[in-house]
Amino acid sequence: MIRIAGLRKSYGSTLIVDDVSLTLPAGGITAIIGPNGAGKSTLLGMISRLLPMDAGTVTVDGLDVTRTPSDVLAKRLAVLRQDNHIAARLTVRDLVAFGRYPHAKGRPTIADENKINEAIAFLDLGALEHRFLDELSGGQRQRAFVAMVLAQDTDYVLLDEPLNNLDLKHAARMMQLLRRAARELGKTIVIVLHDINFASVYADHIVCMQAGRVAHQGQPETIITPEVLSLVYQLPVRVELIDGQRISIYYQEDRTP
Amino acid sequence: MSPSLKLGLGLLAVLALSAVSLFIGVSDVSLASLLSSADEDRPMQVLLISRVPRTVALILAGSGLAVCGLIMQMLARNRFVEPSTAGTVESASLGLLVVTLLAPGWPLFAKMLVAAVFALAGTALFMRLLAAVPLRSPYMVPLVGIMLGGVIGSLTNFVAYRYDLLQTLGAWTMGDFSGILRGRYELLWLSAGLTIAAWFAADQFTLAGLGEAFTTNLGLNYRRVLSLGLCIVAMATAVIVVTAGAIPFLGLIVPNLVSALMGDNMRRSIPWIALMGAGLVLASDIVGRLIRFPYEIPIGTVFGVAGSLVFLWLLLGRRRHFD
Repeated sequence: MIRIAGLRKSYGSTLIVDDVSLTLPAGGITAIIGPNGAGKSTLLGMISRLLPMDAGTVTVDGLDVTRTPSDVLAKRLAVLRQDNHIAARLTVRDLVAFGRYPHAKGRPTIADENKINEAIAFLDLGALEHRFLDELSGGQRQRAFVAMVLAQDTDYVLLDEPLNNLDLKHAARMMQLLRRAARELGKTIVIVLHDINFASVYADHIVCMQAGRVAHQGQPETIITPEVLSLVYQLPVRVELIDGQRISIYYQEDRTP
Repeated sequence: MSPSLKLGLGLLAVLALSAVSLFIGVSDVSLASLLSSADEDRPMQVLLISRVPRTVALILAGSGLAVCGLIMQMLARNRFVEPSTAGTVESASLGLLVVTLLAPGWPLFAKMLVAAVFALAGTALFMRLLAAVPLRSPYMVPLVGIMLGGVIGSLTNFVAYRYDLLQTLGAWTMGDFSGILRGRYELLWLSAGLTIAAWFAADQFTLAGLGEAFTTNLGLNYRRVLSLGLCIVAMATAVIVVTAGAIPFLGLIVPNLVSALMGDNMRRSIPWIALMGAGLVLASDIVGRLIRFPYEIPIGTVFGVAGSLVFLWLLLGRRRHFD
């Protein structure tokens, strides 16, 4: 379980995350949604100790993320941010193998090799494993990053917009795969999503942020409603039930003359 | 061919170059003259006092500078950074100049340490500049480094000019191995130790090349990795500047060539970078000794010509790789 209490962060005089207190349940997929600048990525960064916080605490299974040694935390929690600029020229397999670093410390055992193979197969990267990252498309690279984070084999996996750069097929596959990881391997997945329909269909729990605060949270049925979404995104949103899935529709003609 | 077999062949090539380096020079040193007892062992003395030290110094400096270049490229996350494009060499020279003026009686080791402290400060300043000024183009990073080096270098030049030390200064920044004799290069073994230390920490530097978020996620302290890398680079650069003088662009060309061939997993690439660094430096020195025989052209000049051609080829041919 991730417990967040009184979390605050500002850049200069701009408050990005404003006194957020939140409990994210263990197990399942929690999606964080909200408009641009709502503080989603900053929140994820602070939960995963990548960003320092101005005030507040975050504990993961009782471990305070700012006080727990980083290498201990690396076996419990894995995080992938968006916009990863990589200077080292690595093959896909090398990158995924680095996911085992917290466990293997550079001396991978057979068990580590197995985890690496599993992660590569899980993300369908077998044919690309010896290619260099700079020779791949954005989507293929994104899958390699996610494979690395899965190879880390932590209870908690935090992903910041992992569907960026992915085409429809791979985006849907990625979400199915994350759901499988949550269901079959018992992982807790926290994911910042832009596409609210993916959140609606795949998440077990949704946190909706607005202007640095948690505006709403709960099960998808309570969040994916015209009232909540229209207010949060400041745009008329319709929600239709299609094949039992709550799908938001917000594409509209520009009616201004 | 298996990777270790290839590495063995590379090692053989470097050994062959070393052998050539041992037997080239004005004084006649050959297997025959070494075995004959005439000349009161003069060939053997030349070999032990001059040729062997020079060859060892070339190998140590070449591999050290090449590995330093790679470490800096990972830490700065830019392919164009190396000790001579980040103010490191200039800072080390400034430190050496300051200690030469203020404490001329200090032993060489102490002077080297002062140069290392200056090199560390200068490189840290460069890293701070990079962090403070968000640069859109990867080509801007070495420009900032070269400008910083220019500022520090002109300060050094001014002081050297005032105290009539310009010639000495030239010897530090422009590598020349003709003055290497027994008793005047041993400090370079320290650079070998640092290269090996870098190999042990190879995974950490590769991770640093993936960025702060990846490094932290995998449980490493990014600042600590950065500090470790900068200390290794500063020490090695200072050692080389104090003994033989830096060889510009070596640390840029070798890591880029190796990266193009086999990527940047440093655990795998450091042996290759060390070998290729040593090999290129040996070859350049041999060329410099032969081209105007019996006179010598400093290695910095030879390498500057050959290196800039290779660099242009890298720049134009593999542009995608840098962006």
